[in-house]
Amino acid sequence: MVVMGAGNIAHQQIIKGLLFLLMEVAFFCFMAVSGIHNLSMLGTLGEAEQQEIWNEAKGIYEYVAGDNSLLILLYGIATIFVIVWFIMMWRASLKSAYKAECLKKEGKHINSFLDDIKDLFHINLHKSMLTLPLAGIIVLNILPLVFMISMAFTNYSKLGEHLLLFDWVGFENFGMVLNFSGSVGQTFWSVLGWTLIWAVFATGLNYIFGMILAIMINRKGTRCKGFWRFCFVLSIAVPMFVSLLIMRTMLQPSGAVNVLLMNLGLIDKPLPFFTNATWARVTVIVINLWVGIPYTMMQVTGILQNIPAELYEAARVDGANAFVTFFKITLPYMLFVTTPYLITTFTGNVNNFNVIYLLSGGDPTPVGSTAGKTDLLVTWLYKLTIDQQYYNIGAVIGIMTFVVLAIVSLVTYRHTGSYNNEEGFQ
Amino acid sequence: MGKEKITGSMKARKFISNTIVHTILAIMAIIWVFPIFWVVLTSFRAEKGSYVSSFFPKSYTLNNYIQLFTNTSVLNFPKMFANTLIIAIFSCIISTFFVLSVSYCMSRLRFKMRKPFMNVAMILGLFPAFMSMVAVYYILKAIGLSEGAMIRVALVLVYSGGSGLGFYIAKGFFDTIPKALDEAAYIDGCTRWQVFYKITIPLSKPIIVYTVLTSFMGPWVDFIFAKVICRAEADYYTVAIGLWRMLEREYIDNWYTCFAAGAVCISIPIAILFIVMQRYYTEGLSGAVKG
Repeated sequence: MVVMGAGNIAHQQIIKGLLFLLMEVAFFCFMAVSGIHNLSMLGTLGEAEQQEIWNEAKGIYEYVAGDNSLLILLYGIATIFVIVWFIMMWRASLKSAYKAECLKKEGKHINSFLDDIKDLFHINLHKSMLTLPLAGIIVLNILPLVFMISMAFTNYSKLGEHLLLFDWVGFENFGMVLNFSGSVGQTFWSVLGWTLIWAVFATGLNYIFGMILAIMINRKGTRCKGFWRFCFVLSIAVPMFVSLLIMRTMLQPSGAVNVLLMNLGLIDKPLPFFTNATWARVTVIVINLWVGIPYTMMQVTGILQNIPAELYEAARVDGANAFVTFFKITLPYMLFVTTPYLITTFTGNVNNFNVIYLLSGGDPTPVGSTAGKTDLLVTWLYKLTIDQQYYNIGAVIGIMTFVVLAIVSLVTYRHTGSYNNEEGFQ
Repeated sequence: MGKEKITGSMKARKFISNTIVHTILAIMAIIWVFPIFWVVLTSFRAEKGSYVSSFFPKSYTLNNYIQLFTNTSVLNFPKMFANTLIIAIFSCIISTFFVLSVSYCMSRLRFKMRKPFMNVAMILGLFPAFMSMVAVYYILKAIGLSEGAMIRVALVLVYSGGSGLGFYIAKGFFDTIPKALDEAAYIDGCTRWQVFYKITIPLSKPIIVYTVLTSFMGPWVDFIFAKVICRAEADYYTVAIGLWRMLEREYIDNWYTCFAAGAVCISIPIAILFIVMQRYYTEGLSGAVKG
């Protein structure tokens, strides 16, 4: 029981047993060398400050490194992950020993090490195939995520010189962000409001216009379908950051669009594309249409062709025009089929970092505020962490983004036809 | 007589609606192609700087391309190109392997952790992707991958490490391969692994090409991860950061037209790959085994 692998060794599964034993030894060595220390520091996150000590012999001040709370937190969490992994291994070893015991009692064949390896390619194929990808996900997705989430409960920020040493503060940061009257709170609610407006418009308009475009290209009378499609696909084939940077330079006060319009005599002074809040907001939504419509067009083309032709036929016989058919047949059908796609797009738009960051950079920014008028929660998060070093607030905002998204997707998903009534259109 | 009138008016109406649709399409196509056309023009523009006084350049030159590839003292574009290529190749290999194995497991194998894994993957998708970026940076730093040549390794890991989560499309494709094929193979004594690489993989060409191309294109078009990982180490910049820097205030006057040239150089191969990828994507959607 205590010595992992003993049961396996007793049943002639020597290599397997030794492997288990090796893991246990490695684990305890790790715990003794650094694990226990890491865990014990996790409570206080370190207290020793960096100190200056006068070195008599050399005649200079020497710096003694203090604790670095960030690393303590990171190592502490990593240690917890290792412990969880060890407990799982320990369970596995017990299980395998128990299984060997049972098989022996029943007088059946006990797997040798070679058999185990063979099993990894057959019965246990999922274990061998998933190990590496799963390790990648745990180390590069889950561990950082847990790390950032725990940061939301600390005072790790530029405020009050807490960049090196910080402490647990519980839910204080959440209170600060959600508080209507504080400055951070006000910024948060206004950014959240704009994020939702942006996501709804970006998703909805893209969806409808993309669908109309697809219908226009695919309708019977249209010539050169391939050519039109190529024109639009071309614009998404260009890497997004390139086309967005181009757009940004084109819309500058002395950029191509303003120059062109001024030369034509349509305007006297440059249009304030990114300097006026309302202009900037409309501009980013419109440019996002430029980016997004071709995507939607490609995504929905196939589905549109699946709409039963009889439906349209019947509508025409009843004298419905193009608008009525679109809103009574095409849209409901598409909404029914593509709800999961819509939810993904909505999520993507709430987290749409590229468009905002590369296009407007969140500008125009009011004086003294950390977020601009076009900043989404994600770009604000970026500014707070990378530029301003308010890591704790940034982490809270990340969590809030997740909460908003989770609520929206759950609610929409529950209220849609594809969930309530799976065979409605068949 | 009456009948002819009706067909005549219908023809006229059809003609009118066709004309309207074609005009709208033409206008939209111009709007969509305009920025691309403009950047191509700019890349051949002889006068420097971002201020333009006319739409068409006054004179044309190839110097922008030449400067881009030869003037390596300030912004070393060829090196960035090489960096990105190396990173793209490695992360493409790793993530293709990850994506294919995860989606095969999710699609074909039944085990206890299958459902939980899929739920966790969905939840992880709701967090802002780079929320954990700062943390990833410190993890990479803690294992010594944040400096010097190791930055390339770090970027490869960042691009490919979590790719196992993007298994949906390939899983959907594997789901369309008839199970009868697998069962026939099991009866003939194949192991699951053999089924995977002797039956599933050969049948999945469209989705493999799709996965390879998407993961290959990732490092070329990503900007934010590269920026956080590379910080100030200009030697390991990828193309995206390089192009972005060319538009920063200190470089824009000299490098603006080169930016356009660089954008054209990057966009052409990416656009070709993208269009190829689209073809395979549609092919993949229509299922694996036909008939």
